[in-house]
Amino acid sequence: MSDHDINLTVNGRKVARRVPARRTLLDFLRADLGLTGTHAGCEHGVCGACTVMIDGVAMRSCLTFAVQMDGHAVTTVEGVAHEDGSFHPVQQALHDNHGLQCGFCTPGIVMSLLSMTEGEQKASRAEILDAMSGHICRCTGYQGLHKAIAQLTEANHD
Amino acid sequence: MKPPPFDYVAPETLEEALSVLAEHGDEAQPLAGGQSLVPMLSLRIARPSVILDLNRVAALKGIAAEGSALRLGAMTRQAEVLANATVRQTLPGLQEAVNFVGHFQTRNRGTIGGSISLGEPAAENPAFAVALDADLELQSSAGSRTVRASDFYSGPYTTARTDTELLTAITYRPPANARIGTLEISQRRGDFALAGLVACLPVSGGTISDARLCWFGMGSQPLRARSAEAALEGASIASLDLAALADLALHDTDPNDDTHATAAYRHEAGRTVFTRLMTRLLGEGAAQ
Repeated sequence: MSDHDINLTVNGRKVARRVPARRTLLDFLRADLGLTGTHAGCEHGVCGACTVMIDGVAMRSCLTFAVQMDGHAVTTVEGVAHEDGSFHPVQQALHDNHGLQCGFCTPGIVMSLLSMTEGEQKASRAEILDAMSGHICRCTGYQGLHKAIAQLTEANHD
Repeated sequence: MKPPPFDYVAPETLEEALSVLAEHGDEAQPLAGGQSLVPMLSLRIARPSVILDLNRVAALKGIAAEGSALRLGAMTRQAEVLANATVRQTLPGLQEAVNFVGHFQTRNRGTIGGSISLGEPAAENPAFAVALDADLELQSSAGSRTVRASDFYSGPYTTARTDTELLTAITYRPPANARIGTLEISQRRGDFALAGLVACLPVSGGTISDARLCWFGMGSQPLRARSAEAALEGASIASLDLAALADLALHDTDPNDDTHATAAYRHEAGRTVFTRLMTRLLGEGAAQ
């Protein structure tokens, strides 16, 4: 079992650590860095709670190894709000529309919404709704989430 | 739910990657997007001693049109295929198939070559490659060879790739005037197909020739519907009996009974998929 030195950027800050090869990015964020905003749900790629952005693209942190992130940039839900603590528009839209209840799935949903609304190519409302199939939410029935997405995409042409 | 211990190597050149396989053989497991492999590690279904990460091998990336053919480096990500203008021009049917694969978040990392190499029987990419009879380029330290996708699979997760070979590229050669489509029924969006079909139907002057139909989720590997293909040879679209063709196509399947669906359900779902897809590709006139 090999250990590896990795250098990466997490929420804009440079991080250097030594990790065993088998450590997932999810466990690295939570256990090594103490960033417990990213949630561990199914740990095999189904539930979506652990979704983070890798180089600006939403991916499952449970299906990526920390060692693979050497030289890459990771953004977690802790890196989303503005510096003064005020909500990012994605968070505000979820807040305004009851887009969450217990909040377990929310960090992953925030990262998917962020990557689709701030990425190189802004996604349409239909594309964003389709991407929500990658997040299991057992509280809300997704209706508040639908409204939040509508708010986020109001300015876009679908 | 944590992967077992392993050694990890992430070479930057294909030569280095192939030498790792030459040294370790079946003890080494290539890691592409990891969207299937990492769950298999976490569930301890796979326990390789060496993980060979291919994500830094630049030679395995790239999308290129070669005349009417489309060549993909094996590490091309599914999301790249969906966004790529060359794919949209030369083989839009591939985008339709890939859009069924997993979710937005897994397509951002999952690769075409990884999916084809894994050979999950209910997956879309293997069936699409078989339906197009794509050329699969395999390389080892000893040399390279090309295997037709129709000859690649021999069972669930069982392929013609040897332990010292890597799938390096896939070349799809869509026939002229081919109508290509993919359809599946799954329990939820992004789930594996309970029944799925890829059809490649070259049509000239209202007549079909060299039709290729490949089921997924309907047996232990991607399954060509050879009896239905034979019945379609030289057939006129206007005179097709889709109900009889569906019977023939289903004759070549062997669907599983499992926790997701019974074999009988998959059989009926397969009939629905067949009828809808063929009607869409051939027009209402074919729906007798």
